[in-house]
Amino acid sequence: MEKLRYALFTGCTAKQSTPEQYMSTMAVAEKLNIELVELTEASCCGASHLQDYDDFLSLVLNARNIAYAEKHGLTMVTICNTCQLNTAMTKHRLDNDADLKARVNEKLAEVGLEYKGTSLITHFLYAIIDDIGLDKIAEMVVTPLSQFNIAPFYGCHNIRPSELQNETHNKAENPYNPTSLDDLIIACGGKNVDYDEKNKCCGFHAELQAPKTAAILTGNAIAGAMDNNADWMVTPCPLCHLKLDTQTHHASEAIGRDVALPVLHMQQMLGLALGCDQNLLGMKHHLTKVDFV
Amino acid sequence: MNLEQELTKRKKELMSTHKITTQKVNFKVFRFNADEDYLPYYEDYTMEVTSEEVVLDIMNRIKWDYDGSFSYRRSCRHGICGACAIKVNGRSTLACKESMTTMIEYFGNEMTIEPLSTKRAIKDMIIDKGDFWKKHEAVTPYVVDEIDETPESENLLSPAEANALNDADLCIQCGACHYACPVVEVNEDFMGPAAFAAAYRFEADVRDGDVSRLTDVNQMGSGVWDCVKCFECAEVCPKDVNPIEKITQLHNMLFQQGKAESNVATRHAVGFEKSIKKNGVLDEGGLVLYSEMAGIVKHVPVALKMFSKGKIVPPWGIVKSENLDEIQKLVKSSSTVKF
Repeated sequence: MEKLRYALFTGCTAKQSTPEQYMSTMAVAEKLNIELVELTEASCCGASHLQDYDDFLSLVLNARNIAYAEKHGLTMVTICNTCQLNTAMTKHRLDNDADLKARVNEKLAEVGLEYKGTSLITHFLYAIIDDIGLDKIAEMVVTPLSQFNIAPFYGCHNIRPSELQNETHNKAENPYNPTSLDDLIIACGGKNVDYDEKNKCCGFHAELQAPKTAAILTGNAIAGAMDNNADWMVTPCPLCHLKLDTQTHHASEAIGRDVALPVLHMQQMLGLALGCDQNLLGMKHHLTKVDFV
Repeated sequence: MNLEQELTKRKKELMSTHKITTQKVNFKVFRFNADEDYLPYYEDYTMEVTSEEVVLDIMNRIKWDYDGSFSYRRSCRHGICGACAIKVNGRSTLACKESMTTMIEYFGNEMTIEPLSTKRAIKDMIIDKGDFWKKHEAVTPYVVDEIDETPESENLLSPAEANALNDADLCIQCGACHYACPVVEVNEDFMGPAAFAAAYRFEADVRDGDVSRLTDVNQMGSGVWDCVKCFECAEVCPKDVNPIEKITQLHNMLFQQGKAESNVATRHAVGFEKSIKKNGVLDEGGLVLYSEMAGIVKHVPVALKMFSKGKIVPPWGIVKSENLDEIQKLVKSSSTVKF
């Protein structure tokens, strides 16, 4: 198979609070014969908060990030749901509003860049499903995860708003009944757990402003997975991961019940199934112990 | 070919391309009568459903063919009155507008029909929507203006001024977004996406002179800052009002009009600009510190655990974006607001 090449927008979290996500992305890419060209010039996407303060600045900065992917002539791959939403939303708005695009490009011209709209933007989860295929991934599995009940946690910003999200990958995802992550679990040989909270919000974006709300949502998500006999959870989003992995104490307090499950990044789950060296998957960085490896 | 022949031909063509199909669907329907029942229960109905039907047709058939006591609200049948909003498999939907074909595509042949909020049920699909209306009322959902009682001409809006409402005026107050919002579910003070869309609709109206509305949505606990950004409201709205976009625009208005007070929520938004200006990338710890100020103390126990697991990078360890000068230049030249 020909080597796949993508421009990788790591986002900030993978380089700071979820180093295991960056590590496992690289390990899995190597197994899958993917070359990731890291966009080291990229800035923070604003994480859906900068636009609350200054929408135009948020557009300019995200357009600059995309412009670097365009310079490489590559599809931009994200590994964070919120980076995906902010970047794809910027592309959608600029591609559908010539005046806005011109205003943004006027600014980018000051630093010798231009947003053209030539690069696709997709999350790593959908990139591998579209470009490699679940059947092919299943064939590459060397350690099937057959003894595990795995609860998928999709994360809002990969599935909503569906009209935008479904522009970024081939097979339409139903936000009320998403299947991509379930399909990946099955391809890895695991048993996917169905539960009501799999497509719900983890509360991350209100953690500082509305800590009680955020903690209840986190608690409900973990409790839903536990009540359906999940051995562990898996997510494509490092922000959901932070919430589900590091905030179990607050979550338990908020819902009046002890909740905790190991939570893996989708890259870590895939890495286990593909036989990556476990030291490269960074499980030691988790707060909720990954005790089954 | 005369007109009659032409019409017959077209009708035949249409009939040959447009096939009405039928399939069996099992419905699990929420039943509850607050006057008689201690707990709600679910009744099963199996029906042959045609591709032409909408969800409201199914509710009518339950009432007309199976159980005359089955209760729900309905009125216009044209997606205007907003009375018939219910939930199908957990998804808020306007029953008269939602085609069964779409529902079958979404959920297959097993469907659960429930009121918008089971905990607010009075009888079957009918809920007490009092909280919705109270919160709607709280945003002064009308134009406040000194009216000249004997005007000499109409008070016209330019097309640009009308466009500034950004379709927020399409809201029919059906409650679909309100009861899909996870924050409304867990925080009874939160005003909710429909109230915020209404607040935006009147704030964006050039005729409006109300001075309290933005302050009303600016409160911590009940206002726009408690939104979790899940996009459930945008996904579910049957009129494409996109309430979360209006929430963002209210945030923008608060900053632009200098009404955003310095608190953890506003500093959290502004902190991203500060961090980007300094590093290109985010300084996660720095952002929490800037946002929380003295409140940082409550994060220390988790932060220590994260530090021990290599999850916290100190300020001097942050790898800044390459070509940081470009980012700094753009932040300077593209900023549109000050805090």
